[in-house]
Amino acid sequence: MAGATPPPAAESALSRLSRLLTMVPWLVNRQGINLEEAAADLGISVEQLTSDLELLFLCGYGQMPDELIDAQWDEGQVFIDNAEAIARPLRLGMDEAVALIVGLRALREIPGLGERDAVERALAKLEAAAGSAAEAADRVGVSLSASVDKAHLAGARQAVERQRRVRLRYLVPGRDESTERLVDPIRVLNMDDRWYLEGWCHRAAGMRTFRMDRIEELEVTDVDGTPPPEARARDLDQGLFQAGAEDQTVTVRLGRGARWVSDYYPVESSEAIEDGGRRITLRTGDTEWLVRLALRLGGECVIESPESLRSQVSDSARSALTAYDV
Amino acid sequence: MSVPSGPAAKTERLLNLVLVLLYTRRPMTKAQIRGVVPQYSTAPNDEAFDRMFERDKDDLRELGVPLVMEELSAGWDDEQGYRIHQRDYALPDVEFSADERAVLGLASRAWAQASLAGPAAQALRKLRASDVERDGESLIGIEPRLRTVEPSFDDLKDAAVKRMAVTFDYRRADSDDATTRGVQPWRVLLWHGHWYLTGHDLDRDAPRVFRLSRITGGVKRIGRAGAYEIPADHDPVALLNRTEPETTPSPAVLRVRAGRGHALRRRARSIGEVDDIWSLVDIDHHDVNDFAAELASYGADVVVEQPAELARAVRERLHAAAVAHEKAS
Repeated sequence: MAGATPPPAAESALSRLSRLLTMVPWLVNRQGINLEEAAADLGISVEQLTSDLELLFLCGYGQMPDELIDAQWDEGQVFIDNAEAIARPLRLGMDEAVALIVGLRALREIPGLGERDAVERALAKLEAAAGSAAEAADRVGVSLSASVDKAHLAGARQAVERQRRVRLRYLVPGRDESTERLVDPIRVLNMDDRWYLEGWCHRAAGMRTFRMDRIEELEVTDVDGTPPPEARARDLDQGLFQAGAEDQTVTVRLGRGARWVSDYYPVESSEAIEDGGRRITLRTGDTEWLVRLALRLGGECVIESPESLRSQVSDSARSALTAYDV
Repeated sequence: MSVPSGPAAKTERLLNLVLVLLYTRRPMTKAQIRGVVPQYSTAPNDEAFDRMFERDKDDLRELGVPLVMEELSAGWDDEQGYRIHQRDYALPDVEFSADERAVLGLASRAWAQASLAGPAAQALRKLRASDVERDGESLIGIEPRLRTVEPSFDDLKDAAVKRMAVTFDYRRADSDDATTRGVQPWRVLLWHGHWYLTGHDLDRDAPRVFRLSRITGGVKRIGRAGAYEIPADHDPVALLNRTEPETTPSPAVLRVRAGRGHALRRRARSIGEVDDIWSLVDIDHHDVNDFAAELASYGADVVVEQPAELARAVRERLHAAAVAHEKAS
């Protein structure tokens, strides 16, 4: 589906113009390109592209036939002629310059990135080409400050690029367990200033996302790491945490001081209750982390249902208190 | 030919205007433009045309089209003419090598889930308009993602770029109550996974930091563009760090069950084995309450030996959790 989504129906006249001024030079340099291919590369539907071409066909520096843009696409191939005036793209706009320059500067922050030199060269060229729009990029900053083991990051990346299986020792604080796993990696991600390794975990027989700061050991093996055909990278639009079919619904009451929980974890519902607290429901397959969270927040985070989970918290707390002779 | 209305008609009109003004070799008067851009014939009178044309000029400039006004040559009284110079309009020729293209693609895709996704993709398409070589998908096995889930991101970014003061309602960390704040935005910064705004707080008359996720409702512009200067020495990260001062660590001694407390063992200064069941872990901590919260989460697998203050804090938490979960719901 990548790149094939049409622009929103409510595209403004101005953003369509901006798109057309970008599209024309792109097509002029690709005379005869297949209609479907062009639409896919331009990130629009074929219907949208056809309607754009119909509009271009009506425009020109005058209204005599030889003054109008000539656009043809009847045979499924796109040709644009008589568009010399706009055959070069318009300079980068503010947001365009900001997006690429800030994006490149973010790459520069990745520890141990081998392409640093290419990033610097691309930045220099881009800043020169963007002119005054480049200054806008100074108003937006990205600081990737997450501490990450450089050797682990480099190893994970190398494993993705060379398609090698990795052996991990991985810590799950929510379950207080450290396990060994064989993983066929698909990609290394940085999201919200955290590094993740996503891949097919042979231990879980499923796709898993591992936080790099919880990887205790990482070894790139010589074994082919091509993931099984059913392995697919998750749709990041849905977030990294996705509910499964067997998950159970848990209701939790949060006190004022624990309201951050409803921002931090993906909740199904959240309502304000008395004294500035919240009642949330969430779906999870693994409940041990919730028990730990309840212990951690000492009465500010109370599991209301299911009943079994509620008594599990009180039992754990009582058993821990015996060590303090309470 | 019937003249369509709505956004399509406007796009057509603006595109014709751009083509006409790029093509002309000398500045064109308003009357000439009105004669050659057919969509202006829908204007019923001079006044309506003037309004339409003024709006169109503003729209094109907003898009970054360098539409300029120039003196007409003699014989035209004092009237001004309009044109767009190709040299100011067109993106300068720029060529990127394969590795530069790869990192540019990566930089553009970083915004794939953010409000700048569209501009990022369009910028890449402009830069690569004449570059027909196809790239393989990411040659670099790494994907940074910059997300902007906060609805205020766009308005604050624009305000910082244009140097325009704003007001917004801001919620404190520990309450639902929001107060209206007036700010001259300096910088929008992604830091520790969250977007922040730094700027001059007009009410407190001092530099302040705002977390975008705590802004409720919309952002309102209250000043004109370029109304203030951003201090040349402004360091947003230093300002953010100031809100989280460093403390000196204090030592603690814990009893940790064998095979448990993995995260604690990782951070330990030293670990001694007591017997088959328990290890003794020496570890540093900063905030007693934060550390007590972490330790309570281990339940009966971790017992605080020292200091007494930490042991008491853990005990209180566990006790509160027990009581809260024993009550009938």
